Amino acid sequence: MRILEGEGVTKYFGGLSAVSDVDFYVDQGEVVGLIGPNGAGKTTLFNLISAALVPKPGIIKFKGRDITGMKPHAICRLGIARTFQTVKIFANLPVFSNVRVGSLFGASKKTSPAETGKTTAELLEFVGLSNVSNIPAKDLTLANQKRLEVARALATKPELLLLDELMAGLNQTEVTQAMDLLKQIRGEGITVIMIEHVMKAIMNVCDRIIVLHHGQKIAEGTPQEIATSKKVIEVYLGEQTNAGS
Amino acid sequence: MDVSGINSKKLITPGIFIVVLALLAALPFYASLYGVVLITSILMYIILTVSWTIFSGTTGYLSLATAAFFGVGIYTSAILAGQIPIVIVVILGGLVSFGVAALVGALTLRLKGVYFAMFTLGLVELIKHSLIWYEIKFTGTRGRFVIVVDNETIFWIMLGIFAVLLITTYIIRNSKYGLALQAIGEQEEAAAHSGVNVTMLKVVTFAISALFMGAAGAIMATRWTYIDPGIAFNINLSFLPVLMAIFGGMTQLFGPFLGATIIAYLEEILLTKFPYYYMLIFGVILSIVILYLPQGISGLVQKFWRRFPGGKSANT
Amino acid sequence: MFVTTLDVLIAGLLLGGLYALIAMGLSLQYGVAKVLNVAHGEFIMLGGLTTWTLYIVFGVNPLIGIVVCGPITLIIGFIIHSTFFRHLRESIPVFGEISLLGIFIAVLPFGLNQPIVASVIIILGIVLDIVLYKTVFKRLSPSTIFNQGAFEGKSMLFSFGLVFIIQNIAFISWGPDYRSYSYMRFPVDIAGALFGANRLVTLGFALAIGLAFYIFLARTRMGKAIRAAASDATTAGLMGVNINMVLAICFGFGAAMAGVAGVLVSMCYPVNAAMGMEYTIIAIIVVALGGMGSILGSFIGGFILGIIGSIVTYFEPGLALVAYYVIFIILLLVRPKGIMGK
Repeated sequence: MRILEGEGVTKYFGGLSAVSDVDFYVDQGEVVGLIGPNGAGKTTLFNLISAALVPKPGIIKFKGRDITGMKPHAICRLGIARTFQTVKIFANLPVFSNVRVGSLFGASKKTSPAETGKTTAELLEFVGLSNVSNIPAKDLTLANQKRLEVARALATKPELLLLDELMAGLNQTEVTQAMDLLKQIRGEGITVIMIEHVMKAIMNVCDRIIVLHHGQKIAEGTPQEIATSKKVIEVYLGEQTNAGS
Repeated sequence: MDVSGINSKKLITPGIFIVVLALLAALPFYASLYGVVLITSILMYIILTVSWTIFSGTTGYLSLATAAFFGVGIYTSAILAGQIPIVIVVILGGLVSFGVAALVGALTLRLKGVYFAMFTLGLVELIKHSLIWYEIKFTGTRGRFVIVVDNETIFWIMLGIFAVLLITTYIIRNSKYGLALQAIGEQEEAAAHSGVNVTMLKVVTFAISALFMGAAGAIMATRWTYIDPGIAFNINLSFLPVLMAIFGGMTQLFGPFLGATIIAYLEEILLTKFPYYYMLIFGVILSIVILYLPQGISGLVQKFWRRFPGGKSANT
Repeated sequence: MFVTTLDVLIAGLLLGGLYALIAMGLSLQYGVAKVLNVAHGEFIMLGGLTTWTLYIVFGVNPLIGIVVCGPITLIIGFIIHSTFFRHLRESIPVFGEISLLGIFIAVLPFGLNQPIVASVIIILGIVLDIVLYKTVFKRLSPSTIFNQGAFEGKSMLFSFGLVFIIQNIAFISWGPDYRSYSYMRFPVDIAGALFGANRLVTLGFALAIGLAFYIFLARTRMGKAIRAAASDATTAGLMGVNINMVLAICFGFGAAMAGVAGVLVSMCYPVNAAMGMEYTIIAIIVVALGGMGSILGSFIGGFILGIIGSIVTYFEPGLALVAYYVIFIILLLVRPKGIMGK
């Protein structure tokens, strides 16, 4: 089943189109990679899906239902969660409170305090933050803050998870750990779209990759297809060549 | 988690407040008239400060509209009192302010915080000018006379508003909405994407805080026999609760109470001696607090507390 | 009919010129120094009351008052920014701020005719400043991370404190009464309509100063540095711009424009110590209308609002501020970034 679909998704900022006439789909259970040079429109696309922005024109459908124009909190309760490129944790609140917010407000059904406590504890365990659950979120390392964001997103019981540059700023060990976490999330049956520059992760984890450039979709396919696509190589290497000349 | 710390804290705070309430309820029986009037004023400031903090202290949206909602309560009282029992008038004063705040909030809380602050700053002047114009054009008079209510009744009604506010603050702070408000203050966009209906919550909380401000205004109006827009809408009452909250510190529950009590008492002392100049002192106090004591004096208290064995960690 | 229209128009341009001046000043302070200066109106008030004193007490021509009040308010604004707002920017105390606080506190006993107590407080303040600076503050290093949101909030609240400090200094110096004087009140005949010469002079000055300032920003080297600092102060600092100096000068210029506007206001209307806040609110509305941070927008927005105000006053006097508010609300709902905002 197609859990997410976009038709003709477009967004202009002033005179520039950040995203231009993009058609895309994501099947349930997939892990889809979204790549492209900086400024290609990847985060804008995420913003459009999570309703931080409204496509104009364009339609986005979640599980067959048109969600264009809905408010972010409604989208969250429907089952789409996300993390942010610049980690947006609740810095002065303790770690467990961060996750609690997601659990209390983001799930589609009301949860009792006992359930919330259980979910929070389980998720902190899942991402490996149980032993720091009381400290202010701002005191965590960057890698842990990213995990906290993931835990908070998962607390909203999503069916679709949007990860924006989860690996950015992580060292080799942390990247491997993040990849493991990704695989576990996928194991839970959650569909994932991930924006990433760390190619190792994209190639290893993704079922399918969508490539954006200047706001347009220029390629789509399996990691194998994308790695060998002339168009994609041109886009990534072409910039280097131009810089040289 | 340090369970013992949380349990004992949860018992002490309500305990203290119940004791204080009981003591206050009996006040007219053991204090002089001056004492009753003074405590009424202090209670008024505590109400304004605490209700301001419920919204602005959590979400970070600086509201300078306190004087506007207080004034709306005053005017509601001036128009209605005498025809209806005073308690109903107070409730109505609160409700009208609630309505005005809901409207203002719905319009401006969708925008960035700086626009909200700017808009609320001018709201006092806006309502004042509108009323002056209306009075000149339609009623031909300036101001109104208010019915007189005896000081003891004023005190008890103010105490009643205070008690309801206390309970409300406590409930909000310990409920999931209290957490959501903090989340909004920390990272509004992330809160929205975590399922919090931020606009609704901001507007409702803003309106609730205005409710108490309006109620306080409605009962306070009966102390002055005559009011006009200039008297009812005084920008100082937007400034003082902010000063009191910042001075007292906003991270702890007792901070605004402490700040309001100290500054209100200080104002009482200074007002009689230097009617124009006392605000100079308050301006300096605000400046000093912002420069050197960002957590207010309850922040200082907190710092001392932490040095004792068994002191709290992180925050709640 | 024609006369009335011309009358309303000229009144609107006059009001607009004043609004444009004060809005450009505030826009400079907010756009560059990132300070939403709620005390802006108090500098207008200072300009107006000082001019009154100069004219009534010393017989100095109000036009000379422009040349006097402009630099004075510039310096005051510069000092206030270099101390307090710099402290808030860099999170460490700055030399001079405690002395200034001491001076503010000393106004109170001074106003009560106790100059000895006042002097003692001032001296204590200076001593404390020097001592603390040499022992503690000199060792602290400024914060390199700049949290703009927190700074904007704190500086706005601090400027709120300044309102009460400056207002009270004015109350102590001039009392609460309205002050006015008569200067160049003779009528001038334009196309059959009579206008006060003072109003025309005010209009002329407002336009001239506004234009001069705009050219300064657009053409000179200092102007370029200011515009660089406006878009990104930290980077401009790294590029070799003396950022503290530029920000403080901008703030000072903003205050100077308010001071000069105050001089012009006093030529046409009565002034008193409590007049500031209303002007501040109008300035805020104009800045929002023109687009936050756009000097040109403030210039244009000022005239738009002035003309609207004049028209509204003609039909329904007393509703001008309400009309400004309605415009403000509509603006916030429809196009919050203003006419020329980015």
